[in-house]
Amino acid sequence: MTALLIENARLLDPATGRDAPGALLVENGRITSLTGAPADGIPRFDAGGACLAPGLIDLHASLGEPGHEHRETIASAALAAAAGGITTLCATPDTDPVVNDPALVQFMARRGDATGSLTILPYAAATRGSEISEYGLLREAGAIAFTDAPRAIASARTMRLALSYARAFGAFIMQHPEEPSLATGGVATEGEMATRMGLPGIPMAAEAMMVARDIALARITGGHVHFSCISTAAALDLIRAAKAEGLRVTADTAPPYFDLSETAIGEYRTYAKLSPPLRPDSERQAVAAALRDGTLDAVCSAHRPCDADDKRLPFVQAEPGGAGLATLLGVTLAQVHSGAMPLLDALALLTCKPAALLGLESGRLAPGAPADLVLFDLERGWQVKAGALPGKAQNTPFDGRPLEGRVRATFKAGRKVFGA
Amino acid sequence: MSFSYPILPGGHLLAIEGLEAPHIAALLDLAESYALLNRQGKTQRDLLKGRTLINLFFEDSTRTRTSFEIAGKRLGADIVNMSVSTSSVNKGETLLDTASTLNAMHTDILVVRHAQSGAPALLAQKVQAAVINAGDGTHEHPTQALLDALTIRRHKPDLRGLIVAICGDITHSRVARSNIHCLNAMGAEVRLVAPPTLLPADVTRLGVQVFHDMTKGLAGADVVMMLRLQKERMSGGQVPSAREFFRFFGLDREKLAYAKPDAIVMHPGPMNRGIEIDSAIADDPLRSVIGEQVEMGVALRMAVLDVLARGLRRNA
Repeated sequence: MTALLIENARLLDPATGRDAPGALLVENGRITSLTGAPADGIPRFDAGGACLAPGLIDLHASLGEPGHEHRETIASAALAAAAGGITTLCATPDTDPVVNDPALVQFMARRGDATGSLTILPYAAATRGSEISEYGLLREAGAIAFTDAPRAIASARTMRLALSYARAFGAFIMQHPEEPSLATGGVATEGEMATRMGLPGIPMAAEAMMVARDIALARITGGHVHFSCISTAAALDLIRAAKAEGLRVTADTAPPYFDLSETAIGEYRTYAKLSPPLRPDSERQAVAAALRDGTLDAVCSAHRPCDADDKRLPFVQAEPGGAGLATLLGVTLAQVHSGAMPLLDALALLTCKPAALLGLESGRLAPGAPADLVLFDLERGWQVKAGALPGKAQNTPFDGRPLEGRVRATFKAGRKVFGA
Repeated sequence: MSFSYPILPGGHLLAIEGLEAPHIAALLDLAESYALLNRQGKTQRDLLKGRTLINLFFEDSTRTRTSFEIAGKRLGADIVNMSVSTSSVNKGETLLDTASTLNAMHTDILVVRHAQSGAPALLAQKVQAAVINAGDGTHEHPTQALLDALTIRRHKPDLRGLIVAICGDITHSRVARSNIHCLNAMGAEVRLVAPPTLLPADVTRLGVQVFHDMTKGLAGADVVMMLRLQKERMSGGQVPSAREFFRFFGLDREKLAYAKPDAIVMHPGPMNRGIEIDSAIADDPLRSVIGEQVEMGVALRMAVLDVLARGLRRNA
């Protein structure tokens, strides 16, 4: 039996609302007690009064491996994840080859396990051309859900079949909501900024339009649609109404969409070229409000590794996407430091809420739950610096952003995988 | 002539947006003096002597490249024309690879045209040379706007309060964007006349009035500036046909009659006769200043090269 007592911690469990000083006992990779004095002779870890919360669960990240190891390997992503307090990560299938076969699903999960620090829950491709994938076989192999991200499932008929068929296997369909016939070729949000810079724009309505369509399809199929990286007020209004109606509709966003606005692409900064593109400040505020009112179920990293060759190009030609693993917690905590959100509510979006969505037993500080933990200093300041991030991917849209809240240690199944 | 402040901040000419009226006026004044010298057949071959100017064109262009070449030669620069095929394997790699090649060659002034917005700005970060944007994607074409302002000023001495109607495909026009910034900086009143499918989003935020009817947009105008309609706009569906476009948005005598009687007609070239402009107007010496625009283009580019060369001397 291996055991560890993490003492002198501020225990934060968003699932129960616990926010109290205490000690946490870990035995055989699981949390066994949050109370009571343990037997003598157990190794102790002094948390120094820092915050101890469930390890973060990232609902949406794209990894460089397999196929794009020059951008990032799974080992490199795991390093960045551990430094960011992430212990579980749902990987999109946009690798090379695309994850659309049971063997590839198992490969991804195994590669995650091999890191020892990160559970990878693979998404499998939702479609193969105009047909749906083998949801049953893929699910059996361990696929957590299905998505074509970073592309949208464009055909309404295919989406209908996907939502409908996935019900049989208890999986949701994650949509990258962007109407392709309006979005193709666009690289920025249509409006004054894109007009001044001479960049082809994507109207914001392209997002709401796809969300509206898929809500209608969720209604007729009874399927579960999850919208990822929501970035506009109009789409949020539709999701809010669909939830009130009782439809199986969930949604997440990523830190750039509540922390940055489109002005970040000024001077053609390709590190701020994302998909969906950054929006005007009015939308940023609407996304931040939706974090508070429960319209959004999670904050994901939307991590997407790019190397210098992908980004040091004219803006239109540069790859979209930002590295997001190391900054997920810090940028989310900025909402707490600004007074916009209570700490436990912000952490819930990174832990117990995505866990509930995925049906995981992690994401909480409870006896029996896996001892996946993050220890962080809430107030400690640091500055994001492209080139100095953990892991290979350095394409952060937050370059230069000062943050408060830094991971001190990360534990996976009770074992320290990051920190001193 | 001497200046107490840098006319082109940063030592490049990448965009009109950000330049202020005194900068622009100083450039135009200098260009005016070059226009005079050019007409007198005089040259100043010592000004850029020993300087290397490279025309780096990633997009085909005859008139702009030639105009820069003549301007550079009249000032005594060594000129090299580099045309880089846009069909080459990887445009992006070519761009930055080219930058390091140019640095190794100790280029002094780099004139760049590229199909992507922001490409000259990206090059300017990587090369030691002074960079002149000769047109980037749908972003800006600063020397065109400056030569247009110079041409207008020769006919209408005070740009303040002038009504300038820019007509045609605004969405895809770098000429329009540069002209909007330049004319606004100089105090003119800018109107855009185009079908809604050829107007970029929120363009009124750039300080313009928008019209969809030529007769209203041209009413009382001092200057009518026509833009080239690319053939692919018709195949792209933004305009149903050439004949429909000419009927409603092409410049003919009937529509021009709504402008002021002494209004001048401009076009950056090359023209699509019978699509955006009637030949009868394009060739009318009383109204069209299209030939003069080309002449002023050389003088204005000499002025820009002169100003950037002064910066080079300071840094040398």
